[in-house]
Amino acid sequence: MSQTSAPHKRRMLHRVGLAGFLGMGLLLATPEARAFCGFYVAKADASLYNETSRVVMVRDGNRTVIGMLSDYKGPLKEFAMVVPVPTILGRDQIHVAERAVFDHLDAFTAPRLVEYFDEDPCAIRRRSLEDRMVSAPAAAGSKRSGLRARKLGVTIEAQYTVGEYDILILSAKESGGLETWLRQNGYRVPAKARKALAPYIRTGHKFFVAKVNLGEQARTGLQHLRPLQFAFESPKFMLPIRLGMANAQGPQDMLVYAITRKGRVETTNYRSVKLPTGKQIPVHLKNDFKAFYKAMFETAWKREDRRAVFTEHFWDMGWCDPCAADPLSPDQLRQLGVWWLDAPGEAPPPGVPSGRRRAAPWSGGAVDAVVTRLHVRYTAKTFPEDLVFQETKDRENFQVRFVLQHPWRGSSECTEAGSYREALRKRQEEEVRTAANLTGWPVERLRRGAGMGPAPAPTPWWKNLWSR
Amino acid sequence: MKEQSNERSFWASGDPRLWQLAFLGTLLLIGVWMRDFTLDLSQVLLCLGTAIGVQAWLGKGRHLFSGAITGLGLCLLVRADNLWVHPLCAALALGAKFLIRWNDKALFNPANFGVLAAMAVLPGAWTSPGQWGHSWVLGIGILALGMAVAGRAGRLDGSMAFMASWLALCAGRVGWLGQPPDVLQHQLASGSLILFTFFMISDPRTTPDHPRGRMLHAAAVALVAFIWQFGFYRPHGPIVALALCVPLVPLLDAWLQAPRFTWPGEQRLLVQGDPRDVPDLRPA
Repeated sequence: MSQTSAPHKRRMLHRVGLAGFLGMGLLLATPEARAFCGFYVAKADASLYNETSRVVMVRDGNRTVIGMLSDYKGPLKEFAMVVPVPTILGRDQIHVAERAVFDHLDAFTAPRLVEYFDEDPCAIRRRSLEDRMVSAPAAAGSKRSGLRARKLGVTIEAQYTVGEYDILILSAKESGGLETWLRQNGYRVPAKARKALAPYIRTGHKFFVAKVNLGEQARTGLQHLRPLQFAFESPKFMLPIRLGMANAQGPQDMLVYAITRKGRVETTNYRSVKLPTGKQIPVHLKNDFKAFYKAMFETAWKREDRRAVFTEHFWDMGWCDPCAADPLSPDQLRQLGVWWLDAPGEAPPPGVPSGRRRAAPWSGGAVDAVVTRLHVRYTAKTFPEDLVFQETKDRENFQVRFVLQHPWRGSSECTEAGSYREALRKRQEEEVRTAANLTGWPVERLRRGAGMGPAPAPTPWWKNLWSR
Repeated sequence: MKEQSNERSFWASGDPRLWQLAFLGTLLLIGVWMRDFTLDLSQVLLCLGTAIGVQAWLGKGRHLFSGAITGLGLCLLVRADNLWVHPLCAALALGAKFLIRWNDKALFNPANFGVLAAMAVLPGAWTSPGQWGHSWVLGIGILALGMAVAGRAGRLDGSMAFMASWLALCAGRVGWLGQPPDVLQHQLASGSLILFTFFMISDPRTTPDHPRGRMLHAAAVALVAFIWQFGFYRPHGPIVALALCVPLVPLLDAWLQAPRFTWPGEQRLLVQGDPRDVPDLRPA
């Protein structure tokens, strides 16, 4: 994201980030992974990907609250984003949220790794392994510019300063005029933006343009950008991703967290595919879980011809099992835009060691909200249309979870120990094959990692034919 | 000799429903195998069993194929997070076929009615329009199978009219919006849309009897679906539109009269007073 100097002296040059809803990635600090009860559990959260937009969509009926968080890493004065919105937004429809709550939602829904431990086969004969799955918590313009705008068919419908952002709501008559206006006002617009803007103008969208007010930003004392949210009412249940493709270099990642009341959210104009889950993988991948997950996602994405939207999580917001993070409190949910929860909430006590299954202490396990986490990796070619969603009535919880089964390493000797070791060898072979299939990594590499040595040469079929 | 000729007539002029059954079954297998439908074998069995059972009960043991076709259609379209939605849906679909009639003709396409009932009132039921994806290979496959089946039932005209109208409307919109042609390609390659075109709007029993009537009906369905989807931004355009256009069918039948469709071996029904409709008893 290198920048050239501004062409106009007093005008600041803003990069118009248009990817996804916005188009800038988001690099989170690697979250602290805390161990619980001696067991460690990893998760694959938004920090995995370099260029990731995160969008929280809260929707019931036509009421929608959209929150956007980008992973923009450049200088703040150059930050700008343009988002098509269905209606003109009033000042009180726009809000700056705290990043922590977005991070919490990300952690709550993140794909996870859980682990089990084999027990001494001699001590506990044939007893089914106790479930010891444990989780860890993750952790604008003058009069003159107005005149100029009108000439270009661009109307500044409203302008506000909300938090550290200067916000303009623009409407435009034609894409060329809007593009020119943006350029004249110091926004760096990608070359193909005009074509991408046109359909939104035709369908009556307004443009939400935000840039950072450096003075206000300094006052917040924060080093990062906070998520922007806006609330509106519209029948359109969609996300405009096309604008962001105008300046995209390669595939972009977007995580969509849809919070609804009835059921799972999916795309209607692209296939929604659930990622593999519940697979047992070699235990040495514990420290490599993020790399494993990335490779697994990449493989799944390619297998689906790069055209599917992946479901990573769908769960009731009142509880989790196992938990990658505590359920969100009513207050946190309200911060995300969930307007229908009225009950006064009590925040979950921080850092309470989690069991296998946990209900939000304030809810008794029932919250009138479900969350769907969708992961989209898109390019202009594979996603020619904006994402259109529907809320299904599917209430079946789903999470992407991988399982580590630690072998028992004791030295007891008994009949069971012998058959246990035999079964263990087969199990480990299977785990390696599963991981290779999921990630596309070479089997030999995984075998080495698991300390298994090279695979034994297959016995020729005739070997036992005459030698008996 | 006799056996041979029977065999030939079975495959050549035989019941198009057998073909439809075979193709829907194939599609279901492809869907489950290649497209990871969240469908349980017990859901399929319950759905098929109920559909055939209700057909046998209300249809007095006749046309079991039709019941099976409706059952398979519902398996292809309806998703549920429980076991009772599919059989209930099948019972509603077949029930509607026998109970909601006008001039001795079912008003709703049974599978269409079942899907709508599932979406509107049954908890834990939904339909995924994106489930087939937008692969051209699969799209062309469904298209070829669909044309073969609709052609056998002599109902390609409706399918073609729907496809042409939908294409024209979508192309017009893409052109008006200034979107790239990829968008149109994406919209047309939708497996669900092609499936609807050849397995639902081509239903000979619930569409107008006259070819021109069918084409008008199909064009109207396309228009309503288009408005529903792109004007009101609601999902499931074609399925909703087919139900909304139900009143058109008796009107078109009254205006453009033609013999009522009959499955092979079924006695042809007379449409009131139409001289063209005297059963043709001459040997073929």
